[in-house]
Amino acid sequence: MQKRVRIQTEDFDLSTELAALRGQDRRVGAVCSFVGTVRDRHADLERHTSVTLGEVQSLELEHYPGMTEKSIESMIDEAMARFDIYAARVVHRVGLMHPTDQVVLAAVSSAHRGESFQACEFLMDYLKTQAPFWKKEVTPEGARWVDARVADDAALARWGLTLPNR
Amino acid sequence: MQVQIKYFASLREALGPGERRDTPAATVAQLRDELIAQGGAHAQALDRQRPVRSALDQTMCDESKPLSEGCEVAFFPPVTGG
Repeated sequence: MQKRVRIQTEDFDLSTELAALRGQDRRVGAVCSFVGTVRDRHADLERHTSVTLGEVQSLELEHYPGMTEKSIESMIDEAMARFDIYAARVVHRVGLMHPTDQVVLAAVSSAHRGESFQACEFLMDYLKTQAPFWKKEVTPEGARWVDARVADDAALARWGLTLPNR
Repeated sequence: MQVQIKYFASLREALGPGERRDTPAATVAQLRDELIAQGGAHAQALDRQRPVRSALDQTMCDESKPLSEGCEVAFFPPVTGG
């Protein structure tokens, strides 16, 4: 059986991942995926456009081995319980990355599109505030740890989960 | 009792990857207070004004959770993956 959760330094191939997710399951009528990528602007730059902050040159992603896999596994269990979906998987990269690189994949399959869309968004909202990853951005001004966003807590709260991250 | 402490991200940079520790603390909160009382970098990094999250045996927890012999307690800043 394919692993539902993978944490890796290497890049991933979307088509390969989605083909593996679907497998030979003839019940599947919908596959929804989300890919998060490294962008060149950090959150502060988006909020305060007047502040001159350099572009992100690279991103260093740290995680808590063991807990990361365990926490995402339980998020997938929760998604399977909440939504009528057939399969789900998450691939998250760690280590050094650069703008335009892929960071994370969440993919879900179901009979109809609605459940896949919802479950995919649920997984990402959950992962954003409850999976133990930390991003450090390198800019021309130096390296800094990325701050957690209030908006991400609000996104999870929509699903009836109050698990504040900050 | 013996506990394994782990730090991540900015806390790891300030305090190192972690330590084995003999502690009289009964809860995660008491352990954090004990570390703060040590002063220095620990007092600063784990200061109550800072947003520090914790996990007990690799599950997110609030600090009221009781410790047990050989348990693993992690302290880290709010998470920022995805």
